[in-house]
Amino acid sequence: MTTDHTPIVQMKNIEKHFGSVIALAGVSLEVYPGECHCLLGDNGAGKSTFIKTMSGVHKPTKGEIFFEGQPMKFDRPRDSIAAGIATVYQDLAMIPLMSVSRNFFMGNEPVRKVGPMKFFDHNKANEVTMEEMRKMGINLRGPDQAVGTLSGGERQTVAIARAVHFGAKVLILDEPTSALGVRQTANVLATVDKVRKQGIAVVFITHNVRHAFAVGDRFTVLNRGVTLGTAKRGQISPEELQDMMAGGQELVALEGSLGTTV
Amino acid sequence: MNESIQTEANSDDERVNQYSSFRQALIRPELGGIVGTIAVFTFFLLFAFDSGMFNSQGAMNWSVVSAQFMIIAVGACLLMIAGEFDLSVGSMIGFAGMLIAIFSVTLGWPVWMAILMTFAICMAIGALNGFIVVRTGLPSFIVTLAFLFILRGFAIFLPQTIERKTIIGGIKDVAEGDWLAPVFGGKILTGFFSWMGEAGLINTFERGTRAGQPVVDGVPMLIVWAIAIIIFGHILLTKTRFGNWIFAAGGDAQAARYAGVPVNRVKISMFMFTAFCATVFATCQVMEFGSAGADRGLLKEFEAIIAVVIGGALLTGGYGSVIGAALGALIFGVVQQGLFFAGVESSLFRVFLGVILLFAVILNTYIRRMITGER
Repeated sequence: MTTDHTPIVQMKNIEKHFGSVIALAGVSLEVYPGECHCLLGDNGAGKSTFIKTMSGVHKPTKGEIFFEGQPMKFDRPRDSIAAGIATVYQDLAMIPLMSVSRNFFMGNEPVRKVGPMKFFDHNKANEVTMEEMRKMGINLRGPDQAVGTLSGGERQTVAIARAVHFGAKVLILDEPTSALGVRQTANVLATVDKVRKQGIAVVFITHNVRHAFAVGDRFTVLNRGVTLGTAKRGQISPEELQDMMAGGQELVALEGSLGTTV
Repeated sequence: MNESIQTEANSDDERVNQYSSFRQALIRPELGGIVGTIAVFTFFLLFAFDSGMFNSQGAMNWSVVSAQFMIIAVGACLLMIAGEFDLSVGSMIGFAGMLIAIFSVTLGWPVWMAILMTFAICMAIGALNGFIVVRTGLPSFIVTLAFLFILRGFAIFLPQTIERKTIIGGIKDVAEGDWLAPVFGGKILTGFFSWMGEAGLINTFERGTRAGQPVVDGVPMLIVWAIAIIIFGHILLTKTRFGNWIFAAGGDAQAARYAGVPVNRVKISMFMFTAFCATVFATCQVMEFGSAGADRGLLKEFEAIIAVVIGGALLTGGYGSVIGAALGALIFGVVQQGLFFAGVESSLFRVFLGVILLFAVILNTYIRRMITGER
């Protein structure tokens, strides 16, 4: 893809210790604009800790983070959001009781000035929301429809559209497909593809090799807090990736009885 | 139904529940409050019309009681939408009233200074409540339950230690000529009411020193405060970005934080606003009675929460309406006073309260299921 560009995010030898537990023992990763970088790993491999370091929730114990070539120190999630790193969490993307439009502008409400007073500009919020939803292929009854009535896939899509609308340059998706059905997964993956084509760097965390292969340009495997390597699309087969993730022989032994990829 | 069928046809992802526009219009937090208000007024118009409940004194009677409920209900409502409770409201009312009395009568401060200092202290206590809740992550139920006892204890301890009694009077005398006291204890539209009395529109005293003057001589500032707080709360909640943060903080605090909403600040300010409302209530009461009692405001926290729930807010936060809470308070006040006018045994008020609370909660749960599509 566009690997000749400079990386937008560069993480060098990131280490993160929680007391005596070493969650990350030197993880390096480069993310380029317009690519979908899949971060794979089994439960407990350190994926979540790693992306939380990237999004400013955790501070690395050791290591350096470069954002657009500059060394970055994020103290709070707000800093990274302001810099253009947006994270969409699996369950915590949206608030079900609030309307789509209120959710869409949560934390970024447009305001209309009336004298010295500032009011939430509902008309503008509603218009923008409907427009963005149309682009993403979601038909709403109205902008005041509650998010609770949307399916899980639609909620992820709304969250992604929100991040893109507010100028995300790097979009981190934390297991966006793990709780979804087949159809909804396909929708989210299609959304990821659309976003990548707009030149946004996508970091896609998953433990499902098939989902990763559907959209990924490069694949990095984490295991027990270290990177097992990064491979470009076409350099590695899904089976090899699966083996690396499992980090062991058990799956190879299982392969025979399962017949195909897990 | 036609419009909704069209969207169904375009929807390529998921089956979307379709509602008729009528049903959709019903799905609003105020529904219970609106229905309840109509029902309560219909009931009393039919059964207590001749009792004097709807003449000027009667109407003023239940309006004042409702306004009292409204002031604390708006605070409790915004706090509940932000996802927290304050059980210390009742004790705060007693405590705030006592502070005003001690500062102005015992210590001899000017009344305006006593009032402003009391507001500062009570809102600081509200902030402390909120700070403890957001810092420790403990349920606000427990934290404010502690303050329910702490503040009530002080409201009794302070006057007993200083004045050897639990009621401090004489505030009317010291408040004479003060510029701030009438803002809480005064009346407005007195000219309009005396004109209405002269025109024979409302009842006037027929004999005695005030013969010819109207029985109801103006609108108490308590009612003005109630209306102002309702308008402020409603605009804040529905028309500002801070209102969106209140919904977000109560809907899902973690999701709101990830989206950049300053959840802790929102929650602490709502605790302070609740304390502010309780202090307004206390100040109006002290100025009206001319005294402060250690037992004032007993059980008011629960009455505020009941009014809010009748008004359609969810106990779990993230959903509700200030208008609904105000209607809940109106129902509360009208029924409490109406039963008296209708000559019904007043203890039945509690029975009514329990029943209506239960119905309101069941209705709210049903509405929430419709909104979120839960099964």
